[in-house]
Amino acid sequence: MTVSPVGLSAARAGVELRQFFRERTAMIFTFALPVVLLTLLGSIFDKQVAVAGIPSSQLLAAGMIAGGIGSTCFVNLATSIVSDREDGTLKRLRGVPMPPIAYFIGKIVLVLVTAVAEVILVLAVGATFFDLPLPDDPRRWLTFGWVFLLGVTGCALLGAAMSSVPRSVRGAAPIVNLPFLVLQFVSGIFIVPITNLPEPLQQIGALFPLKWMAQGFRSVFLPDAAAATEPAGTWEHGRIAVVLAVWCLGGLILCLTTFRWQGRKDG
Amino acid sequence: MTDAVRVRGLRKIYHGRPAVDGVDLDIADGEIFALLGPNGAGKTTTVEILEGFRKRDGGEVSVLGADPQRAPRSWRYGIGLVLQNASDMADMTVAETVRHFARYYPDPRPVDEVIDLVGLTEKAGRKVRTLSGGQRRRVDVAIGVIGRPRLLFLDEPTTGFDPEARRQFWALTRTLSAQDGTTILLTTHYLDEVEALAHRVAVLSGGRIRATGTPRDLGGRDTAEATVSWIEDGEHRSTTTAKPTGVVSELADRLGDEIPGLLVTRPSLEDTYLDLIGSSR
Ligand SMILES: Nc1ncnc2c1ncn2[C@@H]1O[C@H](COP(=O)(O)OP(=O)(O)O)[C@@H](O)[C@H]1O
Ligand SMILES: [Mg+2]
Repeated sequence: MTVSPVGLSAARAGVELRQFFRERTAMIFTFALPVVLLTLLGSIFDKQVAVAGIPSSQLLAAGMIAGGIGSTCFVNLATSIVSDREDGTLKRLRGVPMPPIAYFIGKIVLVLVTAVAEVILVLAVGATFFDLPLPDDPRRWLTFGWVFLLGVTGCALLGAAMSSVPRSVRGAAPIVNLPFLVLQFVSGIFIVPITNLPEPLQQIGALFPLKWMAQGFRSVFLPDAAAATEPAGTWEHGRIAVVLAVWCLGGLILCLTTFRWQGRKDG
Repeated sequence: MTDAVRVRGLRKIYHGRPAVDGVDLDIADGEIFALLGPNGAGKTTTVEILEGFRKRDGGEVSVLGADPQRAPRSWRYGIGLVLQNASDMADMTVAETVRHFARYYPDPRPVDEVIDLVGLTEKAGRKVRTLSGGQRRRVDVAIGVIGRPRLLFLDEPTTGFDPEARRQFWALTRTLSAQDGTTILLTTHYLDEVEALAHRVAVLSGGRIRATGTPRDLGGRDTAEATVSWIEDGEHRSTTTAKPTGVVSELADRLGDEIPGLLVTRPSLEDTYLDLIGSSR
């Protein structure tokens, strides 16, 4: 019997998924946070009209998809790699005849499955409680596709790079979550329309991928009239693609230069 | 037969201070070899260099005929590891864990057989996180041997075990060695573990090998001067001698066939060990 890298990658993916779904508290936190925030904030923004009869809660719901991707791909991936480093998973895998790519493919599958599940959850809540329209124009779903893929890739690469920062799993939660919370705020995930944020905060948010992901998702799910609520007054698809692609590249470089298989205390 | 492990002049320096300072080792195929030393002696550093986890600063290392720093991935097919302090796979069951690691090897042992070998058949369906420390370590051993390694590394495998768990672990180690001829390199700071398991032992202290031998003859203790003590005229007497047999027969002539309170002792492994590591301080 020979060992195939494809089979090993599939086996890694199986372990990743089972471990994620069996660790209930972490799983519920990952999935529920964006949904809970959407429900609570949505109840406030439901009474406000953003533009042309479109309630602000719909802007919120579309943007929260980006928040959900950040939660599953950035926060969850970063903490899961930190814990792999701390509990000996990474060391064990270096000690068995496994091509390192199999580990990363396992993580990619984890990230994709959890991101898709999160998007479905946010969309379900958005459609049920806030009448978020689901488009039937295939071109809009095409936009969804590339924003999703670039967003997931960028967040996951940044999450993997971020995993080298905390020294322990206990330290990981605040170190990863706090910046992510601030980033969500300045990216207009919680406050809609984003132009309600002070100008300097908007500018900080515009440096990072999250704001652009949210803008991309709003362009998928909201009528074109809603583009008037964006800072530029249009959806800016070209700029979204460029910023996200640059972050994917930057994330990849960060990952390749900072990823550590070993903890600090190992030789 | 070729040696499973051959090390010459191994050095590892941390922050300008040598942690391993010129270590030589030869471990024959099929041997249970113990690296005995106090905390901080350099055992883990040495073993992790042999395992290919850490880079050395000097010396030559050959493990299963390859340099661990340059060995191809297939070299790992022959190596089994039992790490200190692993707590991975916590949410997987014992059986899922062993089955998973079986997939990394071209010719793994049957999963059920290995679970049985480490005595976890009744716990096979339990999540690893619910096991006791000793049981968790046996899962590590199962992962270590699933690929039929020629060489198995055990780094302080019984630290924190209760006496019964230690005895079970020793029995398991002997079985692995006897059944498959697996070469085993074990680190420990327990003397009874060395006496119970090791064919040969090296005492490591301050990053250097202080002595190598079988547990019986370590540090020349089989030929060291013996202490003969007895009771004569109601008094305890004793003498140290290189020829205890002669002393005893002379006593027998003088005191009659049964010498009262006769005791002939040589340095215990503990005496020898303390002497050897004392010499480094
Ligand atoms: N990664 C490291 N960085 C710095 N010093 C280390 C490191 N690993 C071990 N040491 C030092 O090297 C010495 C030997 O350590 P170690 O090999 O762990 O000993 P043992 O396993 O015998 O207890 C100790 O003084 C320890 O502090
Ligand atoms: Mg050690």
